[in-house]
Amino acid sequence: MQELKLPEESLIYARLLNAGRAIGLVALIIIFVIYIAGIIPPRVPLNELSNYWGLSAKDYLTKTGIHTGWSGIGMLRYSDILNFLPIAFLSGITIICYLSIIPIFFRKKDRIYAWIAILEVLVLVFAASGILKV
Amino acid sequence: MLEIIPWWNWPIILFGVTFAIGIVAVLGGVGGGVIFVPVMIGFFPFHLDFVRSAGLLVALASSLSASPILLKKHLAHLKLAMPMALIASIGAIFGAILGLALPADIVQISLGVTILVIAAIMLKAKKSEYPEVKKADTLSTMLGIRGTYREESTNEVINWQVHKTPQAMVTFVIIGLVAGMFGLGAGWATVPVLNLMMGVPLKIAVSTSSFLLSITAPSAAWIYINRGAVLPILIVPSVIGMMLGARIGAKLLPRIRTKAIRYIVIGVMLFSGARALLKGLGF
Repeated sequence: MQELKLPEESLIYARLLNAGRAIGLVALIIIFVIYIAGIIPPRVPLNELSNYWGLSAKDYLTKTGIHTGWSGIGMLRYSDILNFLPIAFLSGITIICYLSIIPIFFRKKDRIYAWIAILEVLVLVFAASGILKV
Repeated sequence: MLEIIPWWNWPIILFGVTFAIGIVAVLGGVGGGVIFVPVMIGFFPFHLDFVRSAGLLVALASSLSASPILLKKHLAHLKLAMPMALIASIGAIFGAILGLALPADIVQISLGVTILVIAAIMLKAKKSEYPEVKKADTLSTMLGIRGTYREESTNEVINWQVHKTPQAMVTFVIIGLVAGMFGLGAGWATVPVLNLMMGVPLKIAVSTSSFLLSITAPSAAWIYINRGAVLPILIVPSVIGMMLGARIGAKLLPRIRTKAIRYIVIGVMLFSGARALLKGLGF
Protein backbone atom coordinates (compact mmCIF):
# COMPACT_ATOMS: atom_id res chain seq x y z
CA MET A 1 0.00 0.00 0.00
CA GLN A 2 1.41 3.39 -1.01
CA GLU A 3 2.46 5.38 2.08
CA LEU A 4 1.56 9.06 2.00
CA LYS A 5 4.08 11.31 3.71
CA LEU A 6 2.80 14.45 5.40
CA PRO A 7 4.97 17.52 4.69
CA GLU A 8 6.87 18.69 7.77
CA GLU A 9 5.22 22.12 7.69
CA SER A 10 1.71 20.58 7.71
CA LEU A 11 2.58 18.36 10.66
CA ILE A 12 4.08 21.19 12.72
CA TYR A 13 1.18 23.47 11.84
CA ALA A 14 -1.41 20.82 12.82
CA ARG A 15 0.30 20.07 16.15
CA LEU A 16 0.55 23.72 17.14
CA LEU A 17 -3.03 24.42 16.08
CA ASN A 18 -4.27 21.49 18.16
CA ALA A 19 -2.32 22.51 21.25
CA GLY A 20 -3.35 26.16 20.91
CA ARG A 21 -7.00 25.24 20.45
CA ALA A 22 -6.99 23.07 23.59
CA ILE A 23 -5.27 25.74 25.74
CA GLY A 24 -7.50 28.51 24.37
CA LEU A 25 -10.75 26.64 24.92
CA VAL A 26 -9.90 25.55 28.47
CA ALA A 27 -8.94 29.14 29.33
CA LEU A 28 -12.14 30.41 27.68
CA ILE A 29 -14.34 28.11 29.78
CA ILE A 30 -12.49 28.74 33.07
CA ILE A 31 -12.59 32.54 32.70
CA PHE A 32 -16.24 32.44 31.67
CA VAL A 33 -17.13 30.40 34.78
CA ILE A 34 -15.21 32.93 36.93
CA TYR A 35 -17.23 35.65 35.19
CA ILE A 36 -20.74 34.21 35.57
CA ALA A 37 -20.09 32.83 39.06
CA GLY A 38 -19.13 36.34 40.18
CA ILE A 39 -15.76 35.17 41.57
CA ILE A 40 -14.19 38.33 40.13
CA PRO A 41 -16.59 41.28 39.69
CA PRO A 42 -17.33 42.39 36.13
CA ARG A 43 -17.20 45.96 34.83
CA VAL A 44 -20.84 45.67 33.70
CA PRO A 45 -23.00 43.77 36.23
CA LEU A 46 -24.60 40.72 34.60
CA ASN A 47 -28.12 41.78 35.59
CA GLU A 48 -27.60 45.13 33.81
CA LEU A 49 -26.07 43.67 30.65
CA SER A 50 -29.39 43.59 28.77
CA ASN A 51 -29.46 47.41 28.94
CA TYR A 52 -26.30 47.53 26.82
CA TRP A 53 -26.19 44.58 24.41
CA GLY A 54 -28.58 46.21 21.94
CA LEU A 55 -26.19 49.15 21.55
CA SER A 56 -23.52 49.39 18.87
CA ALA A 57 -19.99 48.53 20.03
CA LYS A 58 -19.09 52.21 19.97
CA ASP A 59 -22.03 53.24 22.20
CA TYR A 60 -21.46 50.22 24.45
CA LEU A 61 -17.88 51.31 25.11
CA THR A 62 -18.91 54.93 25.71
CA LYS A 63 -21.73 54.09 28.13
CA THR A 64 -19.80 51.44 30.09
CA GLY A 65 -16.49 53.32 30.11
CA ILE A 66 -14.66 50.27 28.77
CA HIS A 67 -11.37 50.95 26.98
CA THR A 68 -10.01 48.65 24.29
CA GLY A 69 -6.48 47.99 23.04
CA TRP A 70 -3.44 48.89 25.14
CA SER A 71 -5.37 51.44 27.19
CA GLY A 72 -7.70 48.64 28.28
CA ILE A 73 -5.00 46.52 29.94
CA GLY A 74 -5.69 48.10 33.31
CA MET A 75 -9.29 46.90 33.01
CA LEU A 76 -8.28 43.25 33.07
CA ARG A 77 -9.11 43.27 36.77
CA TYR A 78 -12.77 42.97 35.71
CA SER A 79 -13.95 39.46 34.84
CA ASP A 80 -15.90 40.51 31.71
CA ILE A 81 -12.81 42.22 30.30
CA LEU A 82 -10.68 39.22 31.31
CA ASN A 83 -12.65 37.19 28.75
CA PHE A 84 -10.80 39.15 26.05
CA LEU A 85 -7.62 37.22 26.85
CA PRO A 86 -8.62 33.69 25.72
CA ILE A 87 -10.55 35.19 22.80
CA ALA A 88 -7.45 37.10 21.71
CA PHE A 89 -5.34 33.96 22.23
CA LEU A 90 -7.65 31.85 20.03
CA SER A 91 -7.52 34.59 17.38
CA GLY A 92 -3.74 34.69 17.61
CA ILE A 93 -2.97 30.96 17.25
CA THR A 94 -2.75 31.27 13.47
CA ILE A 95 0.07 33.82 13.82
CA ILE A 96 2.05 31.36 15.98
CA CYS A 97 1.43 28.52 13.50
CA TYR A 98 2.59 30.64 10.56
CA LEU A 99 5.71 31.82 12.41
CA SER A 100 6.62 28.19 13.08
CA ILE A 101 6.53 27.16 9.42
CA ILE A 102 8.46 30.11 7.94
CA PRO A 103 11.91 28.61 8.83
CA ILE A 104 10.81 25.23 7.39
CA PHE A 105 9.94 26.80 4.03
CA PHE A 106 13.25 28.72 3.96
CA ARG A 107 15.17 25.52 4.82
CA LYS A 108 13.37 23.71 1.98
CA LYS A 109 14.23 26.67 -0.31
CA ASP A 110 10.51 27.14 -0.88
CA ARG A 111 10.85 30.91 -0.86
CA ILE A 112 7.44 31.68 -2.38
CA TYR A 113 5.60 30.01 0.50
CA ALA A 114 8.02 31.46 3.06
CA TRP A 115 7.08 34.93 1.78
CA ILE A 116 3.37 34.12 1.62
CA ALA A 117 3.62 33.07 5.28
CA ILE A 118 5.52 36.26 6.20
CA LEU A 119 2.92 38.39 4.44
CA GLU A 120 0.08 36.56 6.21
CA VAL A 121 1.75 37.15 9.59
CA LEU A 122 2.11 40.84 8.75
CA VAL A 123 -1.56 41.06 7.71
CA LEU A 124 -2.73 39.34 10.92
CA VAL A 125 -0.42 41.38 13.17
CA PHE A 126 -1.58 44.54 11.42
CA ALA A 127 -5.23 43.59 12.08
CA ALA A 128 -4.47 42.64 15.69
CA SER A 129 -2.45 45.80 16.39
CA GLY A 130 -5.50 48.02 16.46
CA ILE A 131 -3.86 50.48 14.05
CA LEU A 132 -6.90 50.16 11.81
CA LYS A 133 -9.40 52.38 13.59
CA VAL A 134 -12.93 52.56 12.25
CA MET B 1 -40.68 40.49 26.09
CA LEU B 2 -37.03 39.46 25.85
CA GLU B 3 -36.14 42.03 28.57
CA ILE B 4 -37.93 40.01 31.26
CA ILE B 5 -35.73 36.94 30.73
CA PRO B 6 -33.24 36.80 33.64
CA TRP B 7 -29.58 37.14 32.56
CA TRP B 8 -28.65 33.62 33.66
CA ASN B 9 -31.13 32.15 31.15
CA TRP B 10 -29.25 33.63 28.20
CA PRO B 11 -26.14 31.39 28.32
CA ILE B 12 -28.46 28.35 28.54
CA ILE B 13 -30.67 29.53 25.65
CA LEU B 14 -27.64 30.42 23.50
CA PHE B 15 -25.97 27.10 24.27
CA GLY B 16 -29.15 25.20 23.31
CA VAL B 17 -29.71 27.13 20.07
CA THR B 18 -26.07 26.94 18.93
CA PHE B 19 -25.91 23.26 19.88
CA ALA B 20 -28.87 22.65 17.52
CA ILE B 21 -27.28 24.86 14.83
CA GLY B 22 -24.03 22.90 15.20
CA ILE B 23 -25.84 19.60 14.55
CA VAL B 24 -27.86 20.73 11.53
CA ALA B 25 -24.93 22.69 10.09
CA VAL B 26 -22.78 19.56 9.86
CA LEU B 27 -25.68 17.48 8.54
CA GLY B 28 -26.56 20.22 6.07
CA GLY B 29 -22.96 20.59 4.90
CA VAL B 30 -22.46 24.24 5.97
CA GLY B 31 -20.03 25.80 8.44
CA GLY B 32 -22.51 27.14 10.96
CA GLY B 33 -21.73 30.87 10.80
CA VAL B 34 -24.07 31.25 7.87
CA ILE B 35 -26.96 30.03 10.08
CA PHE B 36 -25.73 31.51 13.37
CA VAL B 37 -25.51 35.15 12.22
CA PRO B 38 -28.99 35.53 10.65
CA VAL B 39 -30.65 33.56 13.48
CA MET B 40 -28.98 35.78 16.11
CA ILE B 41 -29.82 38.96 14.21
CA GLY B 42 -33.34 37.89 13.35
CA PHE B 43 -34.46 36.49 16.70
CA PHE B 44 -32.11 37.69 19.46
CA PRO B 45 -31.71 41.13 21.07
CA PHE B 46 -27.95 41.56 20.50
CA HIS B 47 -26.59 44.36 18.32
CA LEU B 48 -25.23 43.48 14.91
CA ASP B 49 -21.64 44.38 15.99
CA PHE B 50 -21.64 41.74 18.76
CA VAL B 51 -23.31 39.13 16.56
CA ARG B 52 -20.80 39.55 13.71
CA SER B 53 -17.88 39.29 16.10
CA ALA B 54 -19.41 36.18 17.70
CA GLY B 55 -20.11 34.72 14.23
CA LEU B 56 -16.45 34.99 13.29
CA LEU B 57 -15.30 33.51 16.59
CA VAL B 58 -17.79 30.64 16.31
CA ALA B 59 -16.50 29.93 12.79
CA LEU B 60 -12.91 30.14 14.08
CA ALA B 61 -13.59 27.72 16.95
CA SER B 62 -15.24 25.18 14.62
CA SER B 63 -12.31 25.44 12.24
CA LEU B 64 -9.74 25.08 15.04
CA SER B 65 -11.48 21.88 16.15
CA ALA B 66 -11.47 20.23 12.74
CA SER B 67 -8.29 21.54 11.09
CA PRO B 68 -5.55 19.62 12.95
CA ILE B 69 -7.18 16.29 12.04
CA LEU B 70 -7.91 17.37 8.47
CA LEU B 71 -4.30 18.50 7.97
CA LYS B 72 -2.91 15.25 9.36
CA LYS B 73 -5.21 13.19 7.11
CA HIS B 74 -3.95 15.01 3.97
CA LEU B 75 -7.46 16.37 3.44
CA ALA B 76 -6.82 20.05 4.25
CA HIS B 77 -4.01 21.19 1.97
CA LEU B 78 -1.66 23.85 3.32
CA LYS B 79 -0.27 24.94 -0.06
CA LEU B 80 -3.74 25.27 -1.52
CA ALA B 81 -4.98 27.23 1.48
CA MET B 82 -2.09 29.67 2.03
CA PRO B 83 -2.30 31.86 -1.11
CA MET B 84 -6.11 31.91 -0.99
CA ALA B 85 -6.11 32.69 2.74
CA LEU B 86 -3.73 35.61 2.27
CA ILE B 87 -6.02 37.21 -0.27
CA ALA B 88 -9.21 36.40 1.65
CA SER B 89 -7.70 37.75 4.91
CA ILE B 90 -7.03 41.13 3.32
CA GLY B 91 -10.58 41.12 1.91
CA ALA B 92 -12.00 40.14 5.33
CA ILE B 93 -10.19 42.99 7.10
CA PHE B 94 -11.57 45.52 4.63
CA GLY B 95 -14.99 43.86 4.91
CA ALA B 96 -14.94 44.22 8.70
CA ILE B 97 -13.87 47.87 8.48
CA LEU B 98 -16.58 48.56 5.92
CA GLY B 99 -19.18 46.69 7.98
CA LEU B 100 -18.37 48.73 11.09
CA ALA B 101 -18.30 52.02 9.19
CA LEU B 102 -21.66 51.61 7.45
CA PRO B 103 -24.95 52.33 9.27
CA ALA B 104 -26.28 49.22 11.07
CA ASP B 105 -29.60 49.16 9.17
CA ILE B 106 -27.77 49.19 5.80
CA VAL B 107 -25.56 46.28 6.92
CA GLN B 108 -28.61 44.43 8.27
CA ILE B 109 -30.52 44.84 5.00
CA SER B 110 -27.44 43.76 2.98
CA LEU B 111 -26.97 40.78 5.28
CA GLY B 112 -30.58 39.69 4.84
CA VAL B 113 -30.23 39.92 1.06
CA THR B 114 -26.85 38.10 1.15
CA ILE B 115 -28.28 35.23 3.23
CA LEU B 116 -31.22 34.87 0.84
CA VAL B 117 -28.80 34.81 -2.13
CA ILE B 118 -26.57 32.23 -0.39
CA ALA B 119 -29.62 30.04 0.31
CA ALA B 120 -30.56 30.29 -3.38
CA ILE B 121 -26.98 29.39 -4.42
CA MET B 122 -27.03 26.40 -2.05
CA LEU B 123 -30.32 25.27 -3.53
CA LYS B 124 -28.94 25.40 -7.08
CA ALA B 125 -25.23 24.59 -6.66
CA LYS B 126 -23.92 21.27 -7.86
CA LYS B 127 -20.92 19.40 -6.52
CA SER B 128 -18.37 17.28 -8.26
CA GLU B 129 -16.68 14.46 -6.33
CA TYR B 130 -13.63 14.30 -8.63
CA PRO B 131 -13.64 17.23 -11.10
CA GLU B 132 -11.59 16.72 -14.23
CA VAL B 133 -8.55 19.01 -14.55
CA LYS B 134 -6.83 18.25 -17.85
CA LYS B 135 -3.98 20.70 -17.41
CA ALA B 136 -2.82 22.60 -14.35
CA ASP B 137 -2.55 26.37 -14.90
CA THR B 138 0.80 28.18 -14.81
CA LEU B 139 0.22 29.90 -11.45
CA SER B 140 -0.78 26.73 -9.63
CA THR B 141 2.23 24.93 -11.14
CA MET B 142 4.51 27.73 -9.95
CA LEU B 143 2.94 27.59 -6.47
CA GLY B 144 3.09 23.80 -6.37
CA ILE B 145 -0.63 23.45 -5.69
CA ARG B 146 -1.24 19.74 -6.23
CA GLY B 147 -1.66 16.84 -3.91
CA THR B 148 -2.37 13.25 -3.10
CA TYR B 149 -4.77 11.72 -0.60
CA ARG B 150 -6.19 8.33 0.22
CA GLU B 151 -9.92 7.86 -0.40
CA GLU B 152 -10.85 5.84 2.69
CA SER B 153 -14.01 4.31 1.20
CA THR B 154 -12.08 2.69 -1.67
CA ASN B 155 -8.52 2.78 -0.25
CA GLU B 156 -7.52 4.37 -3.54
CA VAL B 157 -4.78 7.02 -3.75
CA ILE B 158 -6.08 10.07 -5.60
CA ASN B 159 -3.75 12.59 -7.25
CA TRP B 160 -5.16 16.03 -7.93
CA GLN B 161 -4.16 19.30 -9.57
CA VAL B 162 -5.97 22.58 -10.16
CA HIS B 163 -6.75 25.15 -12.82
CA LYS B 164 -8.21 28.68 -13.02
CA THR B 165 -6.13 29.76 -9.99
CA PRO B 166 -6.03 33.49 -10.93
CA GLN B 167 -9.84 33.63 -11.31
CA ALA B 168 -10.25 31.84 -7.97
CA MET B 169 -7.93 34.35 -6.29
CA VAL B 170 -10.06 37.27 -7.48
CA THR B 171 -13.16 35.48 -6.16
CA PHE B 172 -11.47 34.98 -2.79
CA VAL B 173 -11.13 38.76 -2.35
CA ILE B 174 -14.91 39.05 -2.63
CA ILE B 175 -15.49 36.03 -0.36
CA GLY B 176 -13.23 37.57 2.30
CA LEU B 177 -14.97 40.92 2.01
CA VAL B 178 -18.44 39.40 2.49
CA ALA B 179 -17.26 37.14 5.34
CA GLY B 180 -15.64 40.05 7.20
CA MET B 181 -18.48 42.46 6.62
CA PHE B 182 -21.22 40.15 7.90
CA GLY B 183 -19.25 37.92 10.29
CA LEU B 184 -20.13 34.83 8.28
CA GLY B 185 -17.99 31.78 7.82
CA ALA B 186 -17.22 31.35 4.16
CA GLY B 187 -17.71 27.64 3.48
CA TRP B 188 -20.83 28.37 1.41
CA ALA B 189 -18.57 30.14 -1.13
CA THR B 190 -15.11 28.61 -0.73
CA VAL B 191 -16.25 25.03 -1.28
CA PRO B 192 -17.87 25.77 -4.70
CA VAL B 193 -14.90 27.92 -5.79
CA LEU B 194 -12.32 25.30 -4.83
CA ASN B 195 -14.41 22.40 -6.13
CA LEU B 196 -16.19 23.70 -9.22
CA MET B 197 -13.89 26.53 -10.34
CA MET B 198 -10.44 25.18 -9.47
CA GLY B 199 -11.28 21.49 -9.85
CA VAL B 200 -10.25 20.40 -6.34
CA PRO B 201 -11.77 17.02 -5.31
CA LEU B 202 -14.81 17.59 -3.07
CA LYS B 203 -13.30 16.15 0.12
CA ILE B 204 -10.18 18.29 -0.23
CA ALA B 205 -12.31 21.35 -1.05
CA VAL B 206 -14.54 20.90 2.02
CA SER B 207 -11.59 20.21 4.34
CA THR B 208 -9.39 23.02 2.99
CA SER B 209 -12.34 25.40 3.19
CA SER B 210 -12.77 24.52 6.86
CA PHE B 211 -9.04 25.04 7.46
CA LEU B 212 -9.07 28.37 5.58
CA LEU B 213 -11.48 29.75 8.18
CA SER B 214 -8.83 29.39 10.89
CA ILE B 215 -6.81 31.98 8.94
CA THR B 216 -9.43 34.33 7.50
CA ALA B 217 -11.85 34.48 10.47
CA PRO B 218 -9.29 35.86 12.97
CA SER B 219 -8.13 38.57 10.55
CA ALA B 220 -11.63 40.07 10.55
CA ALA B 221 -12.31 39.09 14.18
CA TRP B 222 -9.36 41.25 15.33
CA ILE B 223 -11.02 44.32 13.85
CA TYR B 224 -14.20 43.64 15.86
CA ILE B 225 -12.20 42.74 19.01
CA ASN B 226 -10.22 45.99 18.81
CA ARG B 227 -13.48 47.84 18.40
CA GLY B 228 -14.71 46.27 21.67
CA ALA B 229 -17.44 44.20 20.01
CA VAL B 230 -16.94 41.35 22.46
CA LEU B 231 -19.81 40.13 24.58
CA PRO B 232 -18.63 37.05 26.52
CA ILE B 233 -22.17 36.04 27.46
CA LEU B 234 -22.94 35.71 23.73
CA ILE B 235 -19.59 34.37 22.50
CA VAL B 236 -18.65 31.68 25.03
CA PRO B 237 -21.92 29.65 25.19
CA SER B 238 -22.20 29.96 21.39
CA VAL B 239 -18.67 28.71 20.75
CA ILE B 240 -19.10 25.76 23.12
CA GLY B 241 -22.62 24.94 21.91
CA MET B 242 -21.59 25.04 18.26
CA MET B 243 -18.53 22.87 18.81
CA LEU B 244 -20.41 20.21 20.79
CA GLY B 245 -23.30 20.28 18.31
CA ALA B 246 -20.90 19.86 15.40
CA ARG B 247 -19.35 16.81 17.07
CA ILE B 248 -22.77 15.21 17.55
CA GLY B 249 -23.67 16.14 13.96
CA ALA B 250 -20.51 14.46 12.69
CA LYS B 251 -21.46 11.27 14.58
CA LEU B 252 -25.02 11.32 13.24
CA LEU B 253 -23.88 12.05 9.69
CA PRO B 254 -23.60 8.44 8.45
CA ARG B 255 -27.08 7.55 9.78
CA ILE B 256 -29.15 10.54 8.65
CA ARG B 257 -30.59 11.43 5.26
CA THR B 258 -28.56 14.59 4.74
CA LYS B 259 -30.48 15.76 1.68
CA ALA B 260 -33.61 16.38 3.78
CA ILE B 261 -31.54 18.16 6.44
CA ARG B 262 -29.96 20.35 3.77
CA TYR B 263 -33.42 21.56 2.77
CA ILE B 264 -34.17 22.30 6.45
CA VAL B 265 -30.94 24.33 6.66
CA ILE B 266 -31.87 26.26 3.52
CA GLY B 267 -35.37 26.79 4.97
CA VAL B 268 -33.91 28.17 8.23
CA MET B 269 -31.61 30.45 6.22
CA LEU B 270 -34.47 31.75 4.08
CA PHE B 271 -36.63 32.38 7.14
CA SER B 272 -33.93 34.04 9.28
CA GLY B 273 -32.49 35.93 6.28
CA ALA B 274 -35.95 37.35 5.54
CA ARG B 275 -36.39 38.22 9.23
CA ALA B 276 -32.99 40.02 9.30
CA LEU B 277 -33.96 41.88 6.12
CA LEU B 278 -37.32 42.97 7.57
CA LYS B 279 -35.66 44.00 10.84
CA GLY B 280 -33.21 46.13 8.85
CA LEU B 281 -36.12 47.71 7.00
CA GLY B 282 -37.68 48.60 10.35
CA PHE B 283 -40.51 46.03 10.45
